[in-house]
Amino acid sequence: MASRTVLTGDDIDRAITRIAHEIVESNHGTKNLILLGIPTRGVLLAERIAKVIQRHYPEFSASASVGRLDITMYRDDLSLHPNRPVTETNIPAAGIDGAVVVLVDDVLYSGRTIRASLDALNAHGRPSVVRLAVLVDRGHRELPIRADFVGKNLPTSREERIRVQMSENDGENCVVIES
Amino acid sequence: MSQLKHLLSANDLSRDAAIGILDVAEEMAGVNARAIKKLPTLQGKTVVNLFFEDSTRTRISFELAEKRLSADVINFAAKGSSVSKGESLKDTAQTLEAMGADAVVIRHGASGAAQKLAQSGWIDGAIVNAGDGTHEHPTQALLDAFTIRRRVYGVGSSAGRGLDGLKVVIVGDVLHSRVARSNAILLNTLGAEVHFVAPPTLIPADASNIKAKLHYDFDAALAEVKPDAVMMLRIQSERMNASYFPSEREYSRVWGMNSERLAALKPGALLMHPGPMNRGLEITATAADSPNSTILEQVSNGVSVRMAVLYTLLATERN
Amino acid sequence: MANLIIKNATLPNGSVADIAIAGEQITAVGPNLTVTDATVIDATGLVALPGFVDLHTHLREPGFEGSETILTGSQSAAAGGFTAVHAMANTSPVQDTAGVVEQVRTLGLEAGYVDVVPVGAVTVGLEGKQLAELGAMASSKARVRVFSDDGKCVSDPVLMRRALEYVKAFDGVIAQHAQEPRLTEGAQMNEGKVSAELGLTGWPAVAEESIIARDVLLAEHVGSRVHICHLSTAGSVEIVRWAKAKGINVTAEVTPHHLLLTDELARSYDAVYKVNPPLRTQEDVLALRAALVDGTIDIIATDHAPHPIESKDCEWQAAAFGMLGLEIAASVAQEVLVDSGKSDWSRVAQVLSHNPAQIGRLGEQGQEIAAGSVANLTLIDPTAKRVIDGSHSKSDNNPYRGLTLPGAVAHTIYRGYQTVANGQLAETGRA
Repeated sequence: MASRTVLTGDDIDRAITRIAHEIVESNHGTKNLILLGIPTRGVLLAERIAKVIQRHYPEFSASASVGRLDITMYRDDLSLHPNRPVTETNIPAAGIDGAVVVLVDDVLYSGRTIRASLDALNAHGRPSVVRLAVLVDRGHRELPIRADFVGKNLPTSREERIRVQMSENDGENCVVIES
Repeated sequence: MSQLKHLLSANDLSRDAAIGILDVAEEMAGVNARAIKKLPTLQGKTVVNLFFEDSTRTRISFELAEKRLSADVINFAAKGSSVSKGESLKDTAQTLEAMGADAVVIRHGASGAAQKLAQSGWIDGAIVNAGDGTHEHPTQALLDAFTIRRRVYGVGSSAGRGLDGLKVVIVGDVLHSRVARSNAILLNTLGAEVHFVAPPTLIPADASNIKAKLHYDFDAALAEVKPDAVMMLRIQSERMNASYFPSEREYSRVWGMNSERLAALKPGALLMHPGPMNRGLEITATAADSPNSTILEQVSNGVSVRMAVLYTLLATERN
Repeated sequence: MANLIIKNATLPNGSVADIAIAGEQITAVGPNLTVTDATVIDATGLVALPGFVDLHTHLREPGFEGSETILTGSQSAAAGGFTAVHAMANTSPVQDTAGVVEQVRTLGLEAGYVDVVPVGAVTVGLEGKQLAELGAMASSKARVRVFSDDGKCVSDPVLMRRALEYVKAFDGVIAQHAQEPRLTEGAQMNEGKVSAELGLTGWPAVAEESIIARDVLLAEHVGSRVHICHLSTAGSVEIVRWAKAKGINVTAEVTPHHLLLTDELARSYDAVYKVNPPLRTQEDVLALRAALVDGTIDIIATDHAPHPIESKDCEWQAAAFGMLGLEIAASVAQEVLVDSGKSDWSRVAQVLSHNPAQIGRLGEQGQEIAAGSVANLTLIDPTAKRVIDGSHSKSDNNPYRGLTLPGAVAHTIYRGYQTVANGQLAETGRA
């Protein structure tokens, strides 16, 4: 199996910093901003983005504004895959009604995960705006969904596999394409 | 998570599988606590509640669990249906199969009816035992374990944990209790220590295959074991007529939970009852309404646990 | 009827001989016999035994022909090596009058595969209230000598005493189904650690043993003989052993299933294993085997109890009690007595032929293989291994399906007529 690194740890840091600034810019500030990561690596990304925002905009509290949204029970492919473990969902205490929610995931591919997360979000409240931030957009969408903030567009073939490594989980930071 | 096809007995659950279901139930409890108590998980799946015995509580609990997971629910009760006209379990099962049931939740007065249904080849769907005769009631044991876990460890810190080292005393009609049988199995699987307190007439003649220590003296057992939870079983007054015990008065005095015995429990110990209770017989009203009592928690936890069981059985690969 | 010559058969005592048969009779037993115009059966390697006699068979006719008929039950019996069966009384109508027992006998004669010997009910309608007309049945053409309410226990001690006394007049015997009714209300399986786990109502050993203890004492008191059906517990063995030592005139039977199967099988909740008395523990099985070897238990009787599919393919509690047995009895006897090394073929001949014929007072069954005896013979291939599959019974409640058992019936000769030849059942019975 061939694999090549397409983003290094430094590349990832730069992408996160850029996304953080774009989010604040498009929101005209940090007011009402909530970041919800989609497990597993989306949660880590959301935390990193939030830290960058907090560093530049001290009025923003990363701990009060980041949550996780488990979407397992909203998937449309439950009967196609062996039992998926359900993990915790954590919505910031203030709730998401009227908030600007940015969903954060590592890779955007078919769009089905995002569709499920929109459904899951519905059950938790009614945000004023929902946006999507992803580290990698690899194309091949099966639903009319696009990301608002993208770390890197990576044209891939369906046979290839994208592996996102994050130090909190995987010991190193990089994005690798395997084929 | 292991691939479970049916839930017929607490013996079907390994420690990992049981903890897996309890952990999913924690998430389901989160769903049940929010404003919109609904998941799309079982959209398009048909679940039949096949109840040959009256049990409104259990049926409602399953029905709520199924509806919160968006399954299509059919209630098939023996009363007023063809079952009461002598239609056999086999015919009923084949009818449900022809209608395309993905799961059947069965309550039946005959021990082994759920297992028979699962092994018969009459029906292809998942079978959930909601109580078979005097045999087992595995979802009750799961909800009891869930209740103990949440009370002892706290709601936020239960995930992933068993019941290791906890002591549970089960009191009453063990002989006829499917709740006691399933609990004895599951509690042992999860690492708890199980004790039975009962009149000798209401213990199986040879209980040596059931891992539990037997006691005939309730007060001595409470003093010796210092249980983390005491589970009172429902006593049916028919038993008195069959000479299992002399009178209701004697039963409640010797084997019942009352204020004195409640006071003898260690602080925070759980007082459990699967319901429906006979207040004044196996449990006094004071005890039932005390802060130790988990009776209503057990009811709400039942929905979360049954959602977790249905999720585990149905949201899975089928070939 | 054609003459038969059986060459090189191994007799129960281990010697090898030819057996010559003319008509219904054995005419000679010895080496190098020649008979002209005779069908030759090569019995090299086969064991010749006196035709088997079952003291406990449910043929279901009249009344339950959907389960079995006298014809299909007789065929199953012949296939199992039997030349006589005792047809239990729990038919509909019950075999409690001379008319019904004579009808059963007549249907048996018409079938022509075995002697069908009716058992008479002890009480009217098996209801345990009033003695049936025992004398009339005894003096009828059916010549009933064995009386039983089998399926139900004669639990009333006074009624049991009277029955034991009354049948002395014609050398009859009461075959007791030992089951204390109050101790077994709703009972589903052996009471023990398995029933405790399965939540099936227990059937305590003491329910059987207390009746046996009472009845051997009653038999002693009134000087009658008593036969105990289907012993199933180690405790029952102890009581019978004690009674025999004391000189009480008691005989006892064990079924093939109680010699082979245990209550662990109930874990499947497959009602094919539901039987009365219930399958017991391995300890009980071992005690019953030892008792069969040492003579405490006199006979193997099948308690062949056919039931239709709908009575078995259902939840355990709703299912009927009983299992097939005619076609595996010889294999179980071989396994327990011969292959175990604990006894021999002459004991097989006793427990499956001589002793049951003696208890039922059947003069023309269970005789020695000798000149002058009626030609009732079974030839067993002891080296065969059979995987049990179907049977000739009309029903299929066969708990042995899939098991491998030793031995096979190669030939059955019923009153000089070959009901089984080379393992194949004759298409018609004896004319």
